[in-house]
Amino acid sequence: MTVSQETLDEIALSRDEYEAIIDRLGREPGSLELGLFGALWSEHCGYKHTKALLRTLPSSSERLLVAPGAENAGVIDLGDGLAVAFKIESHNHPSAVEPFEGAATGVGGIIRDIFAMGARPIALLNSLRFGQPDDARTRYLINGVIGGISSYGNCIGIPDVGGEIFFSDTYKGNPLVNAMCVGLIEDGKMASASAKEPGDLLILVGADTGRDGIHGASGLASRAFEEQAEMRSAVQVGNPFLEKVLMEACIESLDLPGVVGLQDCGAAGITSAAIEMAERSVMGLKLLIDNVPRREEGMTPYEVMLSESQERMLLAVTPGLEGPVFELFQKWDLDATVIGEFELGENVRIYDEGKEVSSTPVIMLTDAPEYKFTGIKPEWLTKLQNADLSTTPLPSASPTETLLKMLAAPNIASRFPIYRQYDYHVQTNTVVEPGGDAAVLRLKGSKRGIAVSTDCNGRICYLDPEVGTVIAVAEACRNLSVTGAKPVALTDGLNFGNPETDDVQYQLTESIAGMSRAAESFGIPIVSGNASMYNQSMGIDIFPTPIIGSLGLLEDVEKHATAGFKTEGDAIVLLGTDSTWDSIQGLAGSEYLDLVHGKVEGHPSIDLDLEVRTQAVCREAIEAGLVASGHDVSDGGVAIAIAESAIIGGIGAEIDEAPGDRWDAAMFGESQSRIILSVPADDVTRLEAMAAASNVPLTVIGNVGGSSLKFGDAVSLLLADAEDAWKNGYTLATSD
Amino acid sequence: MKFGIVVFPGTWSEKDTHHAVSGVLGQDAEYIWHGDEQLDQFDAIALPGGFSYGDFLRCGAIARFSPVMEAVVAFANRGGPVLGICNGFQVLCESGLLPGVLMQNDHLEFRCIWTDLKIENDSTMFTSDGTNGQTLHIPMSHGEGNYQADTATIDRLEGNGQVVLRYADAAGNVTPEINPNGSINNIAGIVNEHGNVMGMMPHPEKASEKIIGGDDGNVIFSSMINSFVASMV
Repeated sequence: MTVSQETLDEIALSRDEYEAIIDRLGREPGSLELGLFGALWSEHCGYKHTKALLRTLPSSSERLLVAPGAENAGVIDLGDGLAVAFKIESHNHPSAVEPFEGAATGVGGIIRDIFAMGARPIALLNSLRFGQPDDARTRYLINGVIGGISSYGNCIGIPDVGGEIFFSDTYKGNPLVNAMCVGLIEDGKMASASAKEPGDLLILVGADTGRDGIHGASGLASRAFEEQAEMRSAVQVGNPFLEKVLMEACIESLDLPGVVGLQDCGAAGITSAAIEMAERSVMGLKLLIDNVPRREEGMTPYEVMLSESQERMLLAVTPGLEGPVFELFQKWDLDATVIGEFELGENVRIYDEGKEVSSTPVIMLTDAPEYKFTGIKPEWLTKLQNADLSTTPLPSASPTETLLKMLAAPNIASRFPIYRQYDYHVQTNTVVEPGGDAAVLRLKGSKRGIAVSTDCNGRICYLDPEVGTVIAVAEACRNLSVTGAKPVALTDGLNFGNPETDDVQYQLTESIAGMSRAAESFGIPIVSGNASMYNQSMGIDIFPTPIIGSLGLLEDVEKHATAGFKTEGDAIVLLGTDSTWDSIQGLAGSEYLDLVHGKVEGHPSIDLDLEVRTQAVCREAIEAGLVASGHDVSDGGVAIAIAESAIIGGIGAEIDEAPGDRWDAAMFGESQSRIILSVPADDVTRLEAMAAASNVPLTVIGNVGGSSLKFGDAVSLLLADAEDAWKNGYTLATSD
Repeated sequence: MKFGIVVFPGTWSEKDTHHAVSGVLGQDAEYIWHGDEQLDQFDAIALPGGFSYGDFLRCGAIARFSPVMEAVVAFANRGGPVLGICNGFQVLCESGLLPGVLMQNDHLEFRCIWTDLKIENDSTMFTSDGTNGQTLHIPMSHGEGNYQADTATIDRLEGNGQVVLRYADAAGNVTPEINPNGSINNIAGIVNEHGNVMGMMPHPEKASEKIIGGDDGNVIFSSMINSFVASMV
């Protein structure tokens, strides 16, 4: 029998992969079996193009309790009997097709990954990318995605404390929706997604299984993507109420003696969840497919196995101890059904109507092929990097007018109109709310706190994927350090174009290399991650966008800094550089160059050693109580960072030096490793000594005070006008 | 004093309320499952925030039919103090313990922001630790908090001093601009005629400690505690 191309296309397997399956099995796969291979060998589940690269990422740390890839999420020890599980995951293609449900179920999926670890979710973050909002379809996507995140997170009672949103036409047909969840594990009550002994029961809990989401993993997430309305049935529909109840019941069930394993049913549904459990347990598995409660009549075993119906979990339960498990789920009005049994052996055996309909070695299913490649730098990139930035014309608008334009830009303006739609207070741990560089959460019963952030500048990664990814790690960590938190672990959400092309292979290789280099310099592991490939539309790959989620630890949560200026007369200090203003090279990949000149070019750079030292000095100064405010210099450069600290603090700033002839580069250049601190005048000497001891340059650039922003004699802007532009910019840009 | 905190499927503010009254203010507190009907051991009942039963059909519309609500109605009718927060306020309106209805916010969006609530009647058991005209800095978080009732009901509420909290600016000015959801007369919280049942949309339990942005919410809980202690003398 030769399988048709149409069938292979439907499950996104290549002809070569099909031949490999025959080779491994020594026979033709059955149609159900082929579906299992299609799902587990999909890019989404099998990481075919990224597995080899991801193995090179640093993952060792004294704090590491669960290694990346070993379970549903990595786990980091925080001391005081507390540990944190966290992970970021993408739901890009579903959100492109059906933004509300796509984003909502993305949030639902990452939450299940976290409570599958026995962790109570304590924070959500999201990292979003869209085309420019001047397009009606893009505005529809933006509103849908934000609505979906808001609806799911608010209903379930997990605070949404941070994230980012960035607009560039590279994402126009293929928005990025990455959601991150952080969960707290108390008293070592960690769960594993595996069975303990042969004979353990496999119990499915939560929602009934329907025909929704079939081929979500293989179809939507794992091949070249064009906007296809007919793929809508591959998008699942979320029910946050059910997830909330399921979460409570699952966390409670871990206290029962019979519950030995807990696993999320996500992409590729029962197929991926159950078979991965068997692999982890090094056991065989007998699946009784007719036991699965269904939403619809007449579903085939194939459909049941591949359904991605949401809000389902799998439990491994010691036989004889399942009674209390059923009682508990009944208390929460949830279905719990035995759908299989772990057994000695190495096959997953699927039974339908009492008959075995397929039997396949687990390891053959889970060991997806690996594609190795080395990237070759494309010529077009060298050209972009070598662009002569000094020929950039000065804008005809004045420095003050340009500053106002930058403050109102969609990529810079305040995100308050977005995050006010998310509950960021529930659970009463939020010490620093969204709107600063990182959110800070206290941990009840401990003096300690955590800070969390996400970061990635796709434009910079496009211009140099290695350096860009180093910068993404540096910024994600800098966001933590400016609050006083020490970075302890990272998670990565890789969002790339078609990995079958030379350009994307180059971007992937370089990006992972940069991530390794940066994480090693900071001495922190990457504990979990997600890879989303084939992000392209109309044949054009998106900017490489390796989103970095960062986790930081504060030994004393009371000792944290926030972004807004505090007190008239405080000195404004620029840490990490010996000049107030940036040079022309800072324009590489900058927001200014894109917004004002419509150009993405230049060669971004970073001195990673300086970055690490600068962040350490920042944390040391906050710990010592010297710092009134701390804010990262990033998109929009020093001028924007100063303006933001002033607007957030409600107090002006006077910078001594004027930005000079190339005022545009000076004000809006985005050179790395710079932090704006405000410090009581009496403490400047101590800060200088601290910086000098670590060989970190700093410049005292001016003072906090007044009701305007003054940059020497070049810029004078009423703070109220700056605030008006910054606060209304997003709403103006995204309104019809 | 012993608080009973009702937990419906979908409630998410029960732990925060427990933390505020027990962890912060040192009172006894216990959760009450939605199927329970025995409330005699409690001195006050709190209906916390969340999305009871997913807020399907209409906010609070299903919760009102749960067994515990029959007991809560009886408890309230005996004069026991009942505080409904956010979704709890919606449940109280659906149950008929409070008049009026909470409609979708006028701007149609979910809104999570800090609000300033002007105390309009400091003689209730929920506000006696405050003073008239004082503002409480307390966050809100809802999509359906737009309080509405017919004119006769509003006139009665206003005339009886049953409007207890109003959205205001930090200085206590009640203006249309500061109204976060379209509530008539900027109403944020009301009591019943007897003054023993209060509903409010903002979350006092989310303003229980300085480290999370403020502790003005404790005025509500400490008023309940002190009123209870006074009633025991």
